[in-house]
Amino acid sequence: MEAQPAVRVQAPAVPEPREGQSVARLELKMAARDVNLWYGEKQALFGVSLDMFDSSVTALIGPSGCGKSTFLRCLDRMNDVIDGCRVEGDIRLDGEDIYAPRVDPVQLRARVGMVFQKPNPFPKSIFENVAYGPRIHGLCKTKAEYADVVEKSLTRAGLWDEVKDRLDESGTGLSGGQQQRLCIARAISVNPEVLLMDEPCSALDPIATAKIETLMDELKKNLCIVIVTHSMQQAARVSQRTAFFHLGKLVEVDETSKIFTNPTDQRTQDYVTGRFG
Amino acid sequence: MLGYVLLLITVLAVASYFFGRKRAAAVVGGRQQELHSRPSYHGAYVAAWVGLPSAFLVLIWLLLQGPVIDNLLLWSLPPGTVDGLTSGQISLLLSEIKSVAAGNVFSEPSLAVQDAAARYHSWQIIARWAMAAVALSIALLGLFFASRRISPEFRARHGAEHILSGLMIACSLIAILTTLGIVLSLLIEALRFFDRIPALEFFFGLNWEPQIPIREGQVTGGGAFGAIPVFTGTLLIALIAMAVATPIGLYSAIYLTEYAHPKVRAVIKPVLELLAGIPTVVYGFFAVLTVAPAMRQFGDMIGVPIAPNSALAAGGVMGIMIIPFISSLSDDAIAAVPRAMRDGSYAMGATKGETITKVLLPAALPGIMGGILLAVSRAIGETMIVVMAAGIIASLTANPLEPVTTVTVQIVTLLIGDTEFDNPKTLAAFALGLVLFLVTLALNVLALHIVRKYREQYE
Ligand SMILES: Nc1ncnc2c1ncn2[C@@H]1O[C@H](COP(=O)(O)OP(=O)(O)OP(=O)(O)O)[C@@H](O)[C@H]1O
Ligand SMILES: [Mg+2]
Repeated sequence: MEAQPAVRVQAPAVPEPREGQSVARLELKMAARDVNLWYGEKQALFGVSLDMFDSSVTALIGPSGCGKSTFLRCLDRMNDVIDGCRVEGDIRLDGEDIYAPRVDPVQLRARVGMVFQKPNPFPKSIFENVAYGPRIHGLCKTKAEYADVVEKSLTRAGLWDEVKDRLDESGTGLSGGQQQRLCIARAISVNPEVLLMDEPCSALDPIATAKIETLMDELKKNLCIVIVTHSMQQAARVSQRTAFFHLGKLVEVDETSKIFTNPTDQRTQDYVTGRFG
Repeated sequence: MLGYVLLLITVLAVASYFFGRKRAAAVVGGRQQELHSRPSYHGAYVAAWVGLPSAFLVLIWLLLQGPVIDNLLLWSLPPGTVDGLTSGQISLLLSEIKSVAAGNVFSEPSLAVQDAAARYHSWQIIARWAMAAVALSIALLGLFFASRRISPEFRARHGAEHILSGLMIACSLIAILTTLGIVLSLLIEALRFFDRIPALEFFFGLNWEPQIPIREGQVTGGGAFGAIPVFTGTLLIALIAMAVATPIGLYSAIYLTEYAHPKVRAVIKPVLELLAGIPTVVYGFFAVLTVAPAMRQFGDMIGVPIAPNSALAAGGVMGIMIIPFISSLSDDAIAAVPRAMRDGSYAMGATKGETITKVLLPAALPGIMGGILLAVSRAIGETMIVVMAAGIIASLTANPLEPVTTVTVQIVTLLIGDTEFDNPKTLAAFALGLVLFLVTLALNVLALHIVRKYREQYE
């Protein structure tokens, strides 16, 4: 099994994973090439190139402030709403440049969902929280269709049984772990192809965390999941591939087992063994 | 005299502050760490004992001096002088004595009155000096008492803090008692009104002509106290004002928080809030001299007659005045919605407009409602603009182009001129005031309740 180079230089316009790699049987979903990003004058990402595959979980790890969230936000263009943020480089979803002028970030975000570090349900009923996406994108016509989507999403998020009798109570009245699963249900209600999760469990206790990890295993069957996490164990448990970021650069990306047992780069080694970060 | 006494007390208190401080330091020979409380607390303690009781005494003295001397005067008059006089005549007699004592003699006063005036004059002088003497001795007593307590163990800080908290309680009591007094006087006078005019007629009558003759020979209308036209007028004007202010205030708040560049916002927000600082009389000018004529011209152009005093002119200008209440509070409420809500909505693929209408406005609704209710109670209580621009004739109409009147304006017109509080005309002002007070109170309570109930529900 041949190691993939950590950072590819001179990437092809439509990158193909090399033959013989273990990931080759997976389909390439998103590909970032040479992404540079500035917040005003300050550069936060330096030439990041990363492949993210369908039906798998990619974990982003690295010390605080190294740009994991920043990179994640590039993938659904959430950086667009930040004043003074400038992105350079090439990010493709199914081979299509998501920063091309004719791409509407609003439509992109329906295909690329996002779950945040702190659960952020809207101050609306549980039902309306989940129906929010379908409503703004006009996915359903009748009440029954909405009810159907809400039930399916909540079931996929493993929350249905807990809330099915109180769908019209406020989403903010749930426990933290339930709120986060509600946010996941909200994110998957519009059938995204990619799900971005920025430290989704950092505000949760171990039991709620375990629930969400099981959920990710389930969801990844037909989703490309990218997760930022500070927990090595979590990255090891849920992800197939792991990318290590340091000071705005992608240091190394490889199969998760390789990163944690036999990384190529000394910095990765130091980080995963807990020597810094 | 009073000024001198108060000045003296103040000077004494300040001086005793320094005295107490010095004394406390001297007691321990300058080694401050041996004192329980820092010297300045000792100083403050002494100063409080010198200043507060004597100032309090002066206050009480001033309150009581008038009635006491009046009673003494009546007492000292030759027996039989005050027999059979009404309370009004007695107070007339007293004021005659006082004006004679002050040297304003218009006609030849009777001998008894002259005597009484002389007595009044001398008693006043005695009272003043007595007050000064008593106040001064209480201050000195306080100084003596408090300075004797200065010692290393004495907990002057606790004492000073107790006195301070007592002062604070007294201040809040003043506010509460004043409110209570106002409400009570409103209530009592309103009840007197309802003795004369049945409440049913007041609340449901359709005719408002309160200018009844209250002195013989006055030529006035018949007199009717049906307040419905006044209430509907108030409602109409408030409605117009809110129809102007709500959309403008809300949209500018949305623009300021969600669209405006921070630099633009920094300029526009204070300018908008300036609107609330313009005196209402100026708004009144604006309504009468600019808006109303312009509206009339426009009405002539399209063939609609518009009265020179119209609800529309007054309500519209009032709407401009209350914009800042809505815009400022809504702006705060929208800006207080956490970033995470916006992110959550954008990440679902919502546009800016969808995010605003579907997430931000609902989340900020309590704050916005609070602003709107405050604006309503302000609109209902506004007087000056309506007096100037909407007229004083109560007519039962829903047509904004006609003159109407409001509760506050009626109160003003009822109390102008004759202020004898023994006839329905003037007492009606209290009934109206009571209604106004209850309505604005209810609105404020509702606003507070809404704001509190939904506050931070997104946390
Ligand atoms: N909105 C912003 N404006 C300016 N600078 C920003 C902004 N967001 C992030 N940064 C900067 O970009 C760098 C990367 O931040 P980022 O949030 O991506 O780090 P991170 O890896 O997610 O850290 P953490 O693990 O603590 O979440 C940091 O130096 C941060 O200060
Ligand atoms: Mg982060």
